[in-house]
Amino acid sequence: MMKNAVSCRDVVVVRGDREVLHGVGFDLRAGSVTGLLGPSGCGKTTLIRAMVGLQAHVTGDVSVLGLPAGAPKLRGRIGYVTQEPSVYGDLTVTENMRFFAAVLGVPSSDVERVIEAVDLTSHANARVDRLSGGQRSRASLAAALLGSPELLVLDEPTVGLDPVLRRDLWELFHRLADAGATLLVSSHVMDEASRCDRLLLLRDGDLLADDTPQGLLASAGTAEIEQAFLTLIDRKAGAR
Amino acid sequence: MTPRVTFAVAARVLAQLRRDHRTVAMLIVLPALLVSLMWWMFHDSPGTFDRVGGPLLAVFPSIIMFVVTSVATLRERSSGTLSRLFTMPMGKLDFLLGYALAFALIAVVQAVVVVSIALYLLDLNIQGDAWQLGVVAVLDGVLGTALGLFASAFAATEFQAVQMMPAVMIPQILLCGLLVPRDQLPTVLHGISDVLPLSYAVDAVLGVAKGNGFTTGTGGDALVVLGFILAALGLGAATLKRRTA
Repeated sequence: MMKNAVSCRDVVVVRGDREVLHGVGFDLRAGSVTGLLGPSGCGKTTLIRAMVGLQAHVTGDVSVLGLPAGAPKLRGRIGYVTQEPSVYGDLTVTENMRFFAAVLGVPSSDVERVIEAVDLTSHANARVDRLSGGQRSRASLAAALLGSPELLVLDEPTVGLDPVLRRDLWELFHRLADAGATLLVSSHVMDEASRCDRLLLLRDGDLLADDTPQGLLASAGTAEIEQAFLTLIDRKAGAR
Repeated sequence: MTPRVTFAVAARVLAQLRRDHRTVAMLIVLPALLVSLMWWMFHDSPGTFDRVGGPLLAVFPSIIMFVVTSVATLRERSSGTLSRLFTMPMGKLDFLLGYALAFALIAVVQAVVVVSIALYLLDLNIQGDAWQLGVVAVLDGVLGTALGLFASAFAATEFQAVQMMPAVMIPQILLCGLLVPRDQLPTVLHGISDVLPLSYAVDAVLGVAKGNGFTTGTGGDALVVLGFILAALGLGAATLKRRTA
Protein backbone atom coordinates (compact mmCIF):
# COMPACT_ATOMS: atom_id res chain seq x y z
CA MET A 1 0.00 0.00 0.00
CA MET A 2 1.09 3.51 -0.78
CA LYS A 3 2.57 5.40 2.15
CA ASN A 4 1.66 8.94 1.18
CA ALA A 5 -1.72 9.77 -0.30
CA VAL A 6 -0.61 13.28 -1.20
CA SER A 7 2.84 14.65 -1.77
CA CYS A 8 3.49 18.35 -2.48
CA ARG A 9 6.88 19.87 -3.35
CA ASP A 10 7.64 23.56 -3.96
CA VAL A 11 4.05 24.39 -4.78
CA VAL A 12 3.69 27.95 -6.05
CA VAL A 13 0.34 29.37 -7.12
CA VAL A 14 -0.13 32.73 -8.79
CA ARG A 15 -3.55 34.36 -8.91
CA GLY A 16 -3.71 37.45 -11.06
CA ASP A 17 -0.47 39.31 -10.31
CA ARG A 18 -0.20 37.98 -6.78
CA GLU A 19 1.69 34.91 -5.60
CA VAL A 20 -0.66 33.18 -3.17
CA LEU A 21 1.46 30.15 -2.25
CA HIS A 22 5.22 30.59 -2.10
CA GLY A 23 6.66 27.09 -2.37
CA VAL A 24 4.70 24.80 -0.07
CA GLY A 25 5.77 21.19 0.53
CA PHE A 26 4.27 18.43 2.70
CA ASP A 27 3.06 14.82 2.65
CA LEU A 28 -0.27 13.38 3.75
CA ARG A 29 0.17 9.88 5.15
CA ALA A 30 -2.44 7.44 3.87
CA GLY A 31 -5.13 6.74 6.48
CA SER A 32 -4.51 9.91 8.50
CA VAL A 33 -6.56 12.98 9.39
CA THR A 34 -4.60 16.16 8.78
CA GLY A 35 -5.77 19.62 9.77
CA LEU A 36 -4.95 22.50 7.46
CA LEU A 37 -5.08 25.50 9.76
CA GLY A 38 -4.56 29.15 9.18
CA PRO A 39 -6.36 32.48 9.12
CA SER A 40 -8.81 33.33 6.42
CA GLY A 41 -6.97 34.42 3.25
CA CYS A 42 -3.78 32.49 3.98
CA GLY A 43 -4.11 30.24 0.92
CA LYS A 44 -5.91 27.19 2.37
CA THR A 45 -8.58 27.06 -0.32
CA THR A 46 -6.04 27.69 -3.08
CA LEU A 47 -3.89 24.81 -1.83
CA ILE A 48 -6.94 22.55 -1.66
CA ARG A 49 -8.01 23.52 -5.17
CA ALA A 50 -4.51 22.75 -6.42
CA MET A 51 -4.76 19.28 -4.89
CA VAL A 52 -8.13 18.48 -6.47
CA GLY A 53 -6.97 19.82 -9.85
CA LEU A 54 -9.20 22.90 -10.12
CA GLN A 55 -6.59 25.63 -9.62
CA ALA A 56 -4.93 27.26 -12.61
CA HIS A 57 -1.31 28.49 -12.65
CA VAL A 58 0.16 25.91 -10.27
CA THR A 59 3.88 25.19 -10.48
CA GLY A 60 5.85 22.66 -8.46
CA ASP A 61 4.85 19.07 -7.87
CA VAL A 62 1.43 18.04 -6.55
CA SER A 63 1.08 14.28 -6.52
CA VAL A 64 -2.24 12.75 -5.44
CA LEU A 65 -2.71 8.98 -4.97
CA GLY A 66 0.42 8.46 -7.05
CA LEU A 67 -0.77 10.60 -9.98
CA PRO A 68 -0.29 14.27 -10.86
CA ALA A 69 -3.12 16.39 -9.39
CA GLY A 70 -5.98 16.82 -11.82
CA ALA A 71 -5.24 13.61 -13.76
CA PRO A 72 -8.47 12.29 -15.34
CA LYS A 73 -7.95 8.93 -13.56
CA LEU A 74 -8.29 10.70 -10.20
CA ARG A 75 -11.82 11.89 -10.91
CA GLY A 76 -14.18 10.13 -8.55
CA ARG A 77 -11.35 8.93 -6.27
CA ILE A 78 -11.31 12.24 -4.38
CA GLY A 79 -14.20 13.58 -2.34
CA TYR A 80 -14.13 17.37 -2.33
CA VAL A 81 -16.26 19.63 -0.17
CA THR A 82 -16.11 23.29 -1.12
CA GLN A 83 -16.55 26.02 1.47
CA GLU A 84 -20.02 26.91 0.20
CA PRO A 85 -22.40 23.94 0.27
CA SER A 86 -22.12 22.68 -3.30
CA VAL A 87 -25.47 20.95 -3.65
CA TYR A 88 -28.59 21.94 -5.57
CA GLY A 89 -30.93 23.98 -3.38
CA ASP A 90 -34.03 23.21 -5.42
CA LEU A 91 -33.60 19.44 -5.06
CA THR A 92 -34.09 17.27 -1.99
CA VAL A 93 -31.15 15.73 -0.14
CA THR A 94 -31.93 12.32 -1.66
CA GLU A 95 -32.31 13.73 -5.19
CA ASN A 96 -28.95 15.47 -4.86
CA MET A 97 -27.26 12.26 -3.72
CA ARG A 98 -28.90 10.18 -6.47
CA PHE A 99 -27.62 12.63 -9.07
CA PHE A 100 -24.05 12.65 -7.79
CA ALA A 101 -24.17 8.86 -7.39
CA ALA A 102 -25.22 8.55 -11.04
CA VAL A 103 -22.36 10.83 -12.14
CA LEU A 104 -19.90 8.77 -10.10
CA GLY A 105 -21.42 5.50 -11.25
CA VAL A 106 -21.84 4.18 -7.71
CA PRO A 107 -24.88 2.08 -6.76
CA SER A 108 -27.86 4.05 -5.49
CA SER A 109 -27.76 1.96 -2.29
CA ASP A 110 -24.85 4.21 -1.32
CA VAL A 111 -27.24 7.19 -1.15
CA GLU A 112 -28.91 6.02 2.04
CA ARG A 113 -25.57 5.24 3.66
CA VAL A 114 -24.07 8.70 3.16
CA ILE A 115 -27.24 10.49 4.28
CA GLU A 116 -27.17 8.42 7.46
CA ALA A 117 -23.46 9.05 7.94
CA VAL A 118 -24.07 12.80 8.23
CA ASP A 119 -27.23 12.29 10.32
CA LEU A 120 -29.67 13.74 7.78
CA THR A 121 -31.97 10.73 7.45
CA SER A 122 -34.88 12.64 8.99
CA HIS A 123 -34.42 15.37 6.34
CA ALA A 124 -33.70 13.08 3.39
CA ASN A 125 -36.78 14.28 1.50
CA ALA A 126 -36.50 17.96 2.34
CA ARG A 127 -35.43 20.48 -0.26
CA VAL A 128 -31.88 21.59 0.47
CA ASP A 129 -32.75 25.30 0.36
CA ARG A 130 -35.28 24.73 3.16
CA LEU A 131 -32.57 23.32 5.45
CA SER A 132 -30.47 25.23 7.98
CA GLY A 133 -26.94 26.27 7.05
CA GLY A 134 -25.43 23.45 9.08
CA GLN A 135 -27.73 20.85 7.53
CA ARG A 136 -26.87 22.16 4.09
CA SER A 137 -23.14 21.80 4.67
CA ARG A 138 -23.73 18.27 5.94
CA ALA A 139 -25.63 17.48 2.73
CA SER A 140 -22.59 18.77 0.86
CA LEU A 141 -20.35 16.52 2.95
CA ALA A 142 -22.61 13.53 2.28
CA ALA A 143 -22.14 13.98 -1.48
CA ALA A 144 -18.37 13.83 -0.99
CA LEU A 145 -18.69 10.50 0.84
CA LEU A 146 -20.43 8.78 -2.10
CA GLY A 147 -18.39 5.91 -3.47
CA SER A 148 -16.09 5.94 -0.41
CA PRO A 149 -13.28 7.97 -2.03
CA GLU A 150 -9.68 7.25 -0.99
CA LEU A 151 -8.96 10.91 -0.35
CA LEU A 152 -11.34 13.42 1.22
CA VAL A 153 -10.51 17.09 1.00
CA LEU A 154 -12.84 19.15 3.13
CA ASP A 155 -12.75 22.93 3.08
CA GLU A 156 -14.06 24.17 6.42
CA PRO A 157 -16.73 21.47 6.82
CA THR A 158 -17.54 22.25 10.45
CA VAL A 159 -18.15 26.02 10.24
CA GLY A 160 -21.33 27.07 12.00
CA LEU A 161 -22.13 23.64 13.41
CA ASP A 162 -23.09 23.14 17.03
CA PRO A 163 -20.48 21.47 19.27
CA VAL A 164 -22.29 18.12 19.46
CA LEU A 165 -22.47 17.89 15.69
CA ARG A 166 -18.86 18.93 15.32
CA ARG A 167 -17.79 16.20 17.70
CA ASP A 168 -19.89 13.66 15.76
CA LEU A 169 -18.36 14.74 12.45
CA TRP A 170 -14.81 14.49 13.80
CA GLU A 171 -15.65 10.97 15.00
CA LEU A 172 -16.89 10.22 11.50
CA PHE A 173 -13.66 11.59 10.00
CA HIS A 174 -11.61 9.26 12.20
CA ARG A 175 -13.82 6.27 11.39
CA LEU A 176 -13.24 6.98 7.68
CA ALA A 177 -9.49 7.25 8.28
CA ASP A 178 -9.50 3.99 10.25
CA ALA A 179 -11.17 2.40 7.22
CA GLY A 180 -8.22 3.54 5.10
CA ALA A 181 -9.25 6.95 3.74
CA THR A 182 -6.96 9.96 3.93
CA LEU A 183 -8.50 13.23 5.08
CA LEU A 184 -7.41 16.82 4.82
CA VAL A 185 -9.69 19.12 6.81
CA SER A 186 -9.20 22.85 6.65
CA SER A 187 -10.32 25.11 9.45
CA HIS A 188 -9.63 28.52 10.86
CA VAL A 189 -10.81 27.37 14.28
CA MET A 190 -7.71 26.42 16.25
CA ASP A 191 -9.56 24.34 18.84
CA GLU A 192 -10.21 21.70 16.19
CA ALA A 193 -6.47 21.12 15.87
CA SER A 194 -6.27 18.66 18.75
CA ARG A 195 -8.64 16.33 16.89
CA CYS A 196 -6.15 15.85 14.04
CA ASP A 197 -3.36 13.29 13.66
CA ARG A 198 -1.20 15.95 12.04
CA LEU A 199 -1.32 19.68 11.50
CA LEU A 200 -0.28 21.97 8.72
CA LEU A 201 -0.12 25.63 9.74
CA LEU A 202 -0.38 27.98 6.82
CA ARG A 203 0.12 31.73 6.97
CA ASP A 204 0.41 34.20 4.09
CA GLY A 205 1.14 31.41 1.64
CA ASP A 206 3.94 29.78 3.64
CA LEU A 207 3.86 26.61 5.68
CA LEU A 208 4.79 27.54 9.28
CA ALA A 209 4.56 24.04 10.71
CA ASP A 210 4.02 20.43 9.68
CA ASP A 211 3.83 18.38 12.86
CA THR A 212 1.62 16.38 15.23
CA PRO A 213 -0.41 18.50 17.68
CA GLN A 214 1.79 17.24 20.55
CA GLY A 215 4.98 17.89 18.62
CA LEU A 216 3.85 21.39 17.77
CA LEU A 217 3.04 22.24 21.40
CA ALA A 218 6.37 20.82 22.55
CA SER A 219 8.47 22.70 20.01
CA ALA A 220 6.68 25.97 20.72
CA GLY A 221 6.72 25.35 24.47
CA THR A 222 3.04 26.28 24.86
CA ALA A 223 -0.09 24.59 26.15
CA GLU A 224 -2.46 25.65 23.38
CA ILE A 225 -2.35 25.43 19.61
CA GLU A 226 -3.35 29.08 19.15
CA GLN A 227 -0.47 30.16 21.41
CA ALA A 228 1.88 27.84 19.51
CA PHE A 229 0.81 29.46 16.24
CA LEU A 230 1.65 32.92 17.64
CA THR A 231 5.01 31.75 18.95
CA LEU A 232 5.92 30.31 15.54
CA ILE A 233 4.95 33.57 13.82
CA ASP A 234 7.08 35.59 16.27
CA ARG A 235 10.03 33.23 15.81
CA LYS A 236 9.78 33.51 12.06
CA ALA A 237 9.60 37.33 12.27
CA GLY A 238 12.64 37.31 14.57
CA ALA A 239 14.60 35.10 12.18
CA ARG A 240 14.22 37.61 9.34
CA MET B 1 -18.12 11.47 -23.10
CA THR B 2 -20.20 9.11 -20.96
CA PRO B 3 -23.92 8.65 -21.79
CA ARG B 4 -24.65 7.71 -18.15
CA VAL B 5 -23.35 11.09 -16.99
CA THR B 6 -25.02 13.06 -19.82
CA PHE B 7 -28.40 11.54 -19.01
CA ALA B 8 -27.89 12.08 -15.28
CA VAL B 9 -27.35 15.80 -15.92
CA ALA B 10 -30.39 15.99 -18.23
CA ALA B 11 -32.62 14.23 -15.69
CA ARG B 12 -31.40 16.51 -12.92
CA VAL B 13 -32.00 19.68 -14.95
CA LEU B 14 -35.54 18.50 -15.72
CA ALA B 15 -36.14 17.69 -12.04
CA GLN B 16 -35.04 21.22 -11.15
CA LEU B 17 -37.28 22.71 -13.87
CA ARG B 18 -40.23 20.70 -12.57
CA ARG B 19 -39.95 22.66 -9.32
CA ASP B 20 -39.58 25.98 -11.09
CA HIS B 21 -43.06 26.65 -12.44
CA ARG B 22 -42.34 30.23 -13.41
CA THR B 23 -39.46 29.29 -15.69
CA VAL B 24 -41.43 26.47 -17.28
CA ALA B 25 -44.34 28.84 -17.88
CA MET B 26 -41.96 31.36 -19.40
CA LEU B 27 -40.44 28.72 -21.69
CA ILE B 28 -43.70 27.19 -22.87
CA VAL B 29 -46.34 29.91 -22.70
CA LEU B 30 -44.35 33.04 -23.52
CA PRO B 31 -43.52 32.25 -27.19
CA ALA B 32 -47.20 31.48 -27.85
CA LEU B 33 -48.28 34.69 -26.10
CA LEU B 34 -45.83 36.79 -28.09
CA VAL B 35 -46.90 35.24 -31.40
CA SER B 36 -50.54 35.93 -30.44
CA LEU B 37 -49.63 39.53 -29.66
CA MET B 38 -48.09 39.91 -33.13
CA TRP B 39 -51.22 38.37 -34.69
CA TRP B 40 -53.37 40.93 -32.87
CA MET B 41 -51.08 43.84 -33.88
CA PHE B 42 -51.44 42.93 -37.57
CA HIS B 43 -55.15 42.12 -37.30
CA ASP B 44 -56.12 45.02 -39.60
CA SER B 45 -53.40 44.46 -42.20
CA PRO B 46 -54.19 41.07 -43.74
CA GLY B 47 -51.28 39.11 -45.15
CA THR B 48 -48.69 40.64 -42.81
CA PHE B 49 -49.10 37.99 -40.12
CA ASP B 50 -48.71 35.26 -42.74
CA ARG B 51 -45.39 36.88 -43.72
CA VAL B 52 -43.89 37.47 -40.24
CA GLY B 53 -45.69 34.71 -38.33
CA GLY B 54 -43.37 31.97 -39.61
CA PRO B 55 -40.09 33.75 -38.78
CA LEU B 56 -41.46 34.58 -35.33
CA LEU B 57 -41.81 30.85 -34.67
CA ALA B 58 -38.04 30.67 -35.14
CA VAL B 59 -37.07 33.88 -33.36
CA PHE B 60 -39.11 33.81 -30.12
CA PRO B 61 -38.25 30.26 -29.00
CA SER B 62 -34.54 30.75 -29.67
CA ILE B 63 -34.35 34.08 -27.79
CA ILE B 64 -36.19 32.72 -24.77
CA MET B 65 -34.09 29.55 -24.64
CA PHE B 66 -30.95 31.66 -24.98
CA VAL B 67 -31.83 33.85 -22.01
CA VAL B 68 -32.66 30.93 -19.74
CA THR B 69 -29.63 28.79 -20.60
CA SER B 70 -27.08 31.62 -20.72
CA VAL B 71 -26.93 31.74 -16.92
CA ALA B 72 -27.03 27.95 -16.47
CA THR B 73 -23.34 27.12 -16.14
CA LEU B 74 -22.70 30.36 -14.25
CA ARG B 75 -25.23 29.35 -11.62
CA GLU B 76 -23.37 26.08 -11.17
CA ARG B 77 -20.06 27.88 -11.02
CA SER B 78 -21.15 30.28 -8.28
CA SER B 79 -22.87 27.55 -6.24
CA GLY B 80 -19.72 25.40 -6.31
CA THR B 81 -21.53 22.44 -7.87
CA LEU B 82 -19.47 22.85 -11.05
CA SER B 83 -16.26 22.49 -8.98
CA ARG B 84 -17.60 19.36 -7.39
CA LEU B 85 -18.67 17.89 -10.73
CA PHE B 86 -15.27 18.59 -12.25
CA THR B 87 -13.61 16.47 -9.54
CA MET B 88 -15.93 13.65 -10.65
CA PRO B 89 -15.86 11.69 -13.92
CA MET B 90 -17.81 14.46 -15.66
CA GLY B 91 -16.75 15.46 -19.17
CA LYS B 92 -17.22 19.10 -20.09
CA LEU B 93 -19.26 17.96 -23.09
CA ASP B 94 -21.33 15.65 -20.84
CA PHE B 95 -22.24 18.68 -18.80
CA LEU B 96 -23.31 20.86 -21.74
CA LEU B 97 -25.01 18.01 -23.62
CA GLY B 98 -27.00 17.14 -20.51
CA TYR B 99 -28.35 20.68 -20.39
CA ALA B 100 -28.96 20.68 -24.16
CA LEU B 101 -30.87 17.41 -23.94
CA ALA B 102 -33.11 18.63 -21.11
CA PHE B 103 -33.90 21.88 -22.89
CA ALA B 104 -34.41 20.06 -26.21
CA LEU B 105 -37.24 18.20 -24.49
CA ILE B 106 -38.69 21.52 -23.34
CA ALA B 107 -38.23 22.82 -26.91
CA VAL B 108 -40.41 19.97 -28.21
CA VAL B 109 -43.27 20.95 -25.86
CA GLN B 110 -42.69 24.61 -26.65
CA ALA B 111 -42.84 23.95 -30.41
CA VAL B 112 -45.99 21.84 -30.19
CA VAL B 113 -47.75 24.61 -28.25
CA VAL B 114 -46.60 27.58 -30.33
CA VAL B 115 -47.06 25.87 -33.72
CA SER B 116 -50.52 24.54 -32.78
CA ILE B 117 -51.65 27.96 -31.63
CA ALA B 118 -50.21 29.72 -34.69
CA LEU B 119 -51.73 27.28 -37.18
CA TYR B 120 -55.06 26.36 -35.62
CA LEU B 121 -56.00 29.32 -33.45
CA LEU B 122 -54.43 32.23 -35.30
CA ASP B 123 -54.91 30.72 -38.79
CA LEU B 124 -51.33 31.21 -39.93
CA ASN B 125 -51.26 30.19 -43.60
CA ILE B 126 -48.42 27.92 -44.65
CA GLN B 127 -48.03 25.75 -47.75
CA GLY B 128 -45.91 23.07 -46.07
CA ASP B 129 -46.76 20.43 -43.47
CA ALA B 130 -47.44 21.31 -39.83
CA TRP B 131 -45.04 18.61 -38.59
CA GLN B 132 -42.21 20.07 -40.62
CA LEU B 133 -42.86 23.48 -39.08
CA GLY B 134 -42.80 21.75 -35.70
CA VAL B 135 -39.46 20.05 -36.38
CA VAL B 136 -37.93 23.34 -37.49
CA ALA B 137 -39.31 25.16 -34.42
CA VAL B 138 -37.74 22.50 -32.16
CA LEU B 139 -34.39 22.90 -33.92
CA ASP B 140 -34.61 26.66 -33.45
CA GLY B 141 -35.33 26.28 -29.73
CA VAL B 142 -32.33 23.95 -29.41
CA LEU B 143 -30.23 26.48 -31.36
CA GLY B 144 -31.09 29.15 -28.77
CA THR B 145 -30.17 26.63 -26.03
CA ALA B 146 -26.80 25.80 -27.60
CA LEU B 147 -25.93 29.46 -28.18
CA GLY B 148 -26.98 30.25 -24.61
CA LEU B 149 -24.80 27.46 -23.21
CA PHE B 150 -21.87 28.69 -25.28
CA ALA B 151 -22.37 32.26 -24.02
CA SER B 152 -22.63 30.90 -20.50
CA ALA B 153 -19.31 29.05 -20.80
CA PHE B 154 -17.77 32.21 -22.24
CA ALA B 155 -18.98 34.67 -19.59
CA ALA B 156 -17.21 34.92 -16.25
CA THR B 157 -20.22 36.06 -14.21
CA GLU B 158 -24.02 35.97 -14.43
CA PHE B 159 -23.91 39.73 -14.90
CA GLN B 160 -21.78 39.27 -18.02
CA ALA B 161 -23.98 36.43 -19.26
CA VAL B 162 -27.11 38.60 -19.21
CA GLN B 163 -25.30 41.16 -21.36
CA MET B 164 -24.74 38.48 -24.01
CA MET B 165 -28.41 38.57 -25.04
CA PRO B 166 -28.34 42.03 -26.65
CA ALA B 167 -24.82 41.46 -27.97
CA VAL B 168 -25.39 38.04 -29.51
CA MET B 169 -29.10 37.84 -30.29
CA ILE B 170 -30.31 41.34 -31.28
CA PRO B 171 -28.01 41.70 -34.34
CA GLN B 172 -29.18 38.28 -35.48
CA ILE B 173 -32.84 39.26 -35.05
CA LEU B 174 -32.28 42.40 -37.13
CA LEU B 175 -30.51 40.57 -39.94
CA CYS B 176 -32.34 37.21 -40.00
CA GLY B 177 -34.98 38.22 -42.54
CA LEU B 178 -37.78 38.98 -40.11
CA LEU B 179 -37.75 42.77 -40.68
CA VAL B 180 -36.25 42.95 -44.17
CA PRO B 181 -36.00 39.92 -46.45
CA ARG B 182 -32.34 38.90 -46.49
CA ASP B 183 -31.96 39.27 -50.26
CA GLN B 184 -33.03 42.93 -49.98
CA LEU B 185 -30.29 43.76 -47.43
CA PRO B 186 -27.24 45.80 -48.54
CA THR B 187 -24.55 43.45 -49.87
CA VAL B 188 -22.28 43.65 -46.82
CA LEU B 189 -25.14 43.05 -44.37
CA HIS B 190 -26.40 40.18 -46.53
CA GLY B 191 -22.91 38.68 -46.34
CA ILE B 192 -22.92 39.03 -42.54
CA SER B 193 -26.38 37.50 -42.29
CA ASP B 194 -25.05 34.52 -44.28
CA VAL B 195 -22.82 33.49 -41.37
CA LEU B 196 -25.37 34.03 -38.55
CA PRO B 197 -27.21 30.94 -37.29
CA LEU B 198 -30.61 32.60 -36.83
CA SER B 199 -30.69 33.45 -40.57
CA TYR B 200 -30.82 29.73 -41.36
CA ALA B 201 -33.37 29.13 -38.62
CA VAL B 202 -35.65 31.70 -40.27
CA ASP B 203 -34.86 30.43 -43.80
CA ALA B 204 -35.92 26.95 -42.73
CA VAL B 205 -39.26 28.24 -41.40
CA LEU B 206 -39.81 30.35 -44.52
CA GLY B 207 -39.00 27.28 -46.63
CA VAL B 208 -41.68 25.23 -44.89
CA ALA B 209 -44.13 28.14 -45.20
CA LYS B 210 -43.49 28.26 -48.96
CA GLY B 211 -44.17 24.55 -49.22
CA ASN B 212 -40.58 23.42 -49.70
CA GLY B 213 -40.21 20.10 -47.91
CA PHE B 214 -37.08 18.81 -46.19
CA THR B 215 -35.98 17.22 -49.49
CA THR B 216 -36.37 20.45 -51.48
CA GLY B 217 -34.15 23.09 -49.89
CA THR B 218 -35.48 23.37 -46.34
CA GLY B 219 -33.51 20.29 -45.28
CA GLY B 220 -30.26 22.11 -46.14
CA ASP B 221 -31.15 25.07 -43.91
CA ALA B 222 -32.17 22.71 -41.11
CA LEU B 223 -28.83 20.91 -41.43
CA VAL B 224 -26.94 24.21 -41.19
CA VAL B 225 -28.88 24.99 -37.98
CA LEU B 226 -27.93 21.55 -36.64
CA GLY B 227 -24.31 22.27 -37.54
CA PHE B 228 -24.42 25.54 -35.58
CA ILE B 229 -25.94 23.69 -32.59
CA LEU B 230 -23.12 21.12 -32.56
CA ALA B 231 -20.45 23.78 -33.11
CA ALA B 232 -21.81 25.96 -30.26
CA LEU B 233 -21.81 22.97 -27.87
CA GLY B 234 -18.32 21.90 -28.96
CA LEU B 235 -16.92 25.42 -28.60
CA GLY B 236 -18.72 25.80 -25.28
CA ALA B 237 -17.09 22.60 -23.98
CA ALA B 238 -13.70 23.84 -25.19
CA THR B 239 -14.24 27.20 -23.48
CA LEU B 240 -15.40 25.78 -20.16
CA LYS B 241 -12.36 25.47 -17.90
CA ARG B 242 -11.80 22.86 -15.23
CA ARG B 243 -8.93 24.84 -13.78
CA THR B 244 -9.72 28.45 -12.94
CA ALA B 245 -7.70 31.24 -11.40
